[in-house]
Amino acid sequence: MSGMAGGRLVRLAETGRAPVRFLLDGVERVALAGDTVLTAVLTNAPALRQAEFGPEQRAGFCLMGACQDCWIWQEQGPRIRACSTPVADGMRLLTRTREDWP
Amino acid sequence: MTGPQIVIVGAGPAGIRAAETLAAAGLRPTVIDEGARAGGQIYRRPPDGFTRPPETLYGSQAAKAVALHTAFDRLAAAGRIVHLPRHSVVALAGGVLHAVGDGGSRRIGYDRLILATGATDRLAPVPGWQAPGVYSLGAMQIALKAQGIAMGRRIVLAGSGPLLTLLATQLLKAGAGVAAVLDTAALRGQLAAFPDLAVRPSFALQGLAMRARLGRLYHAGVALEAIEASSTGVTAVRWKDAGGRTRRTACDAVGLGWHLRAECQLADLAGCRFAYDTTWAQWLPCADRMGRAGDAVYLAGDGLRLLGADGAEVAGRLAASACLSDLGLPGPDGTADLKRLDRLDRFARGIARAFPWPADQVRALPDDAVLCRCEGVTAGSVRQTAAYGGAEANRVKSLGRAGMGRCQGRYCQIAASDLIASASGLAHAGEAGRLRAQAPIRPTAIGEWLEQE
Repeated sequence: MSGMAGGRLVRLAETGRAPVRFLLDGVERVALAGDTVLTAVLTNAPALRQAEFGPEQRAGFCLMGACQDCWIWQEQGPRIRACSTPVADGMRLLTRTREDWP
Repeated sequence: MTGPQIVIVGAGPAGIRAAETLAAAGLRPTVIDEGARAGGQIYRRPPDGFTRPPETLYGSQAAKAVALHTAFDRLAAAGRIVHLPRHSVVALAGGVLHAVGDGGSRRIGYDRLILATGATDRLAPVPGWQAPGVYSLGAMQIALKAQGIAMGRRIVLAGSGPLLTLLATQLLKAGAGVAAVLDTAALRGQLAAFPDLAVRPSFALQGLAMRARLGRLYHAGVALEAIEASSTGVTAVRWKDAGGRTRRTACDAVGLGWHLRAECQLADLAGCRFAYDTTWAQWLPCADRMGRAGDAVYLAGDGLRLLGADGAEVAGRLAASACLSDLGLPGPDGTADLKRLDRLDRFARGIARAFPWPADQVRALPDDAVLCRCEGVTAGSVRQTAAYGGAEANRVKSLGRAGMGRCQGRYCQIAASDLIASASGLAHAGEAGRLRAQAPIRPTAIGEWLEQE
């Protein structure tokens, strides 16, 4: 499919909100105030993380906090559940674990 | 004010009406909810700053949504209930709930507990469903309602149940690209259930009207064969139409769901009994008609009986009435609500029969199909484990890890039980036993608990 480089999600409404800036894999990206981390990342990228038990990447599944598919790393360590965490200015998110981590 | 401490878990239609009923009797219940704002999933509210009106968000159900939101917000603002949003109850023992939220973990004691934990989508695996871009139908509806988002540019919706048609209609109305709506339920079975569905004529007619609007996008009696994907995600769904012809629909997102699965981990931890329900093809907790489920525990809403939002409102009022009556306090008369509940139950069972669990699809899964999305456990592995370890869900979990992952079996256990049953010659999935809930029922950082000691 074309256009995945810009992310897999499509905004259909509510696009007049204030911008929020965050880092995704070290690159500055823009989301909107009120976006979840999942919305913020997947409007910019095709996936949230690498699966631990298979070759595929993951991009969330249930969006209601039940499936635990959408945990994403932050540069400072702790992971967050992307579907239930609002994006915030200055977040530093990683779709892959850092290479300097043990 | 001192009075009995009553805790309600869940602020959807059931939890809100339970809280309202208790507050009206002069009690001050605590409502713990994972959402930032009360409403639950079906009446979920977007974050502050979103501007679409309720009519756009909730369609024909807008008035009900607004009534619930308003009732709850008024009670919370007046201090007549205690609202603990963005908190997950992860464990429960000895009359104490363990909740985790932004501010860390806390323990909340209760004299009486009302569990209104709702439901999730009920999922059946389709080969390839682990690919990025596959979501539950509920996920797609939440994204649309609470974020104004379509999960892809060209979406295939597949599965069965009321949400399949409703979501397709909502997505089209909002301007999303829907490539196909694939219903695994055959038209014949849908028609056979019509007498039960006709007890709620307006709902049945709305469903038919929505179906008509989908036109040629909608296909009944479909068999789902595989979800195809590249390294960046979903590329197509392969399926057989009712005539047996193989079809392939290109897409970049897939929504899957077969009606609902009751969320009852907390009821399990609270010691409630369960029984296998063949109509719903799942284990459901046992309670009396009011929702009494033993030992100061009450159940209400889809976490008890899958009646949908209207039924949840009724059940929430009834559970609170039972609670009041057990405390020796006067409460509202539930006679009319009980009658309503019977009618809703008949309708819901009609829906369950019209849009059944796809047991044949599950039993036909190829050995290399991923059954457990959390850990990539395959259908073949579950069959093998059942063969050497015993045809019982908890044994297959211990030995083969199906149900051991982060979702704790929420999205694989029903299918796993079907595989265990078919591999072992059992009459139905219920005979493979019930997966026991284990605390914590949401992943929790160790640090949350260390700080308390």
